Amino acid sequence: MTIKNRDSFLNNLAANLGRPRRTESVERPAYSVSPQKEAWKDATSEELLEVFKEQSIKMSAEVEETTEENLPSLIRDLIVREGNSVIAAGGERNDLYGLTEMYEELESRIGEVHIYDSALGKENQVIAERADVGVTFSDVTLAESGTVTLFNDKDNGRSISLLPKTYIAIVPESTIVPRMTQSMQVLREKEKSETEKTPSCVSFITGPSNSADIEMIKIVGVHGPVKAIYVIVRDS
Amino acid sequence: MAIRIGDQPYEGRVKAGVDNTFMREAVSSAQGRFRSGKQKSSEELGNWEDWRTLGEEIRSHTLENIDYYLHQLSDKVEERGGHVYFAETAEEANTYIQGIVKKKNAKKVVKSKSMVTEEIGLNEALEEAGTEIVETDLGEWILQMDEDPPSHIVTPALHKNKEQIRDSFRDKKGYEKTDKPEELAAFARQELRKDFLSADVGITGCNFAVAESGAVTLVTNEGNARLVTSLPDTQVSVMGMERLVPTWEDLEVLVGLLTRSAVGQNLTSYVTSIIGSKLEEEVDGPEEYHLVIVDNGRSKILGTEFQSALHCIRCAACINVCPVYRHVGGHAYGSVYPGPIGAVLTPLLDGYEDHKELPYASSLCAACTEACPVKIPLHEHLIRHRQIIVEEEKKSPQTEKIMMKGFAKWASSPAAYKLSEKMARTSLKPWTKEETIEKGPGPLKGWTDVRDFPAPAEQSFRKWFKDRKKGEDS
Ligand code: SF4
Repeated sequence: MTIKNRDSFLNNLAANLGRPRRTESVERPAYSVSPQKEAWKDATSEELLEVFKEQSIKMSAEVEETTEENLPSLIRDLIVREGNSVIAAGGERNDLYGLTEMYEELESRIGEVHIYDSALGKENQVIAERADVGVTFSDVTLAESGTVTLFNDKDNGRSISLLPKTYIAIVPESTIVPRMTQSMQVLREKEKSETEKTPSCVSFITGPSNSADIEMIKIVGVHGPVKAIYVIVRDS
Repeated sequence: MAIRIGDQPYEGRVKAGVDNTFMREAVSSAQGRFRSGKQKSSEELGNWEDWRTLGEEIRSHTLENIDYYLHQLSDKVEERGGHVYFAETAEEANTYIQGIVKKKNAKKVVKSKSMVTEEIGLNEALEEAGTEIVETDLGEWILQMDEDPPSHIVTPALHKNKEQIRDSFRDKKGYEKTDKPEELAAFARQELRKDFLSADVGITGCNFAVAESGAVTLVTNEGNARLVTSLPDTQVSVMGMERLVPTWEDLEVLVGLLTRSAVGQNLTSYVTSIIGSKLEEEVDGPEEYHLVIVDNGRSKILGTEFQSALHCIRCAACINVCPVYRHVGGHAYGSVYPGPIGAVLTPLLDGYEDHKELPYASSLCAACTEACPVKIPLHEHLIRHRQIIVEEEKKSPQTEKIMMKGFAKWASSPAAYKLSEKMARTSLKPWTKEETIEKGPGPLKGWTDVRDFPAPAEQSFRKWFKDRKKGEDS
């Protein structure tokens, strides 16, 4: 890996600022206000859940609510409703939530069921491209904006939530936080951690893809999914 | 193309804008919708002023320590498997990226929307080298087809209507359906998917880079930036050197200010942070990652009274409130950066010589300054630009005439006349004392120090005559 032209470039900036180059001990100042810490400070988890639902619907997402117990059958029904093929993120949560078994059974009913498998390389992208439905879990869920956050990795490839026509995000209630502020705290912790690596891609997703580039008319489904479904799993 | 767009002189560009009725209506309705969206989503926050203050403090601190944070950023990107190139000029940046494309033997490059690559003329440079470049943002794709420059930072094809778009699709891509936006978009989706899947290199801009993590963050609604950063094996992100924040926490504040100010959404559909190349075992994402950090005249602004112009987060809020932009549209500015921020930034980046009129393309009503989410004193910068231009020109003998030049230009063509007299009435209001304007800013100031400037009549003769005729007709 390389860094080119850094010194001359940065020396010039320092010279224009009229001081020697700074390479260490710059501290962020204490900012005079912190509205991000005030927002939703006293909201209960029940309230946040409501805000999340309301915002998601506003952003053209479909919202479903279920229990842990009923999650597998709901996901199955949604997949069947939306098409004939599915690609889902791998990882231990599939087992934890009883989805692995459901996917196995589903294989005999629809055209294609694929659990993202990095060992298959680019084949995953080809499958994602032809899949009707993509399914992932949300890692952190933001109430204020109706957003699911994905820490993309080898099991939760970027293409699952991107290439299929319908995207289903499973939202465990416990992942719901007030706003982006809290998801950034999670990322900062990863940044400082010795053992954990920050993911190579963090995707904040709010509803389906859309555009207003033609005469300012909102069109849903431009490059990414045409439909986004959030399935909230209530804590038991 | 670089920062300058079109080769028409300023008067011609203004006239073309004023005469283009569709464009003016589109601009004015877009402004209205952007503004009400912004108002709603910022009001929802309750304490918008605190957010603006915080945004301004973060931007000031970052720019004051930009050498430190760029150093940290580049270390982080390298640590995460990326290459970092610091480009002092547009040519350096273009040559470096050409080099990557050549080395990869790339036939096709997919791009997501980026102002800085427009500014440095990257597409032209790559096309010269024989590579096919596909702009994948819907608006940019439309413009690329017609070789048209963007007219708005957020909705670049604002000046085109759906019939024109359908015709271009038909003539250039064999499109057979109607002018329904849904059908047009579905066609674009289908065409562009093929490009995404076959591209060798992906190029993005950068809304904000996070120094502590090396994360380059992209804010979009369409999802094209996600495709550009997920599928091709090689990825290049190009950032203006000032587009950075110290930490994840600062990122969140500025992303919120940006999405609310730009499109009135709490967040856009996609906010994507990319950190270096993909990790071991990962499939999606680039194997090879490059971050190109561009100066191209920005460093000259550091340490000057204009430094805060570098705080800009390209939200277009100032553009959406600007009465002059409403009348003339984006192309009249002759720069990839239109509106108030364009009028401030373009002369700084590209010199006064070719952009002397821009600081006058403003009524100094200060709506831009009020709208700016990071509190850049835009109208004060414009006044200062005017002073500098006047000071420069004082050295020539025809002082008074030249000081008024900017103003006179508005009135020099019939189309611009209509516009300037209409604007003058509202825009000059703050300085009107009964019937005369006593101390106007900028060129008017030079003038009014000597004699009073007659205030435009409440209702001009032309308008009065036209209204009277309308009354008679009905
Ligand atoms: S100057 Fe301010 S309002 Fe205008 S685009 Fe930049 S950040 Fe937005």
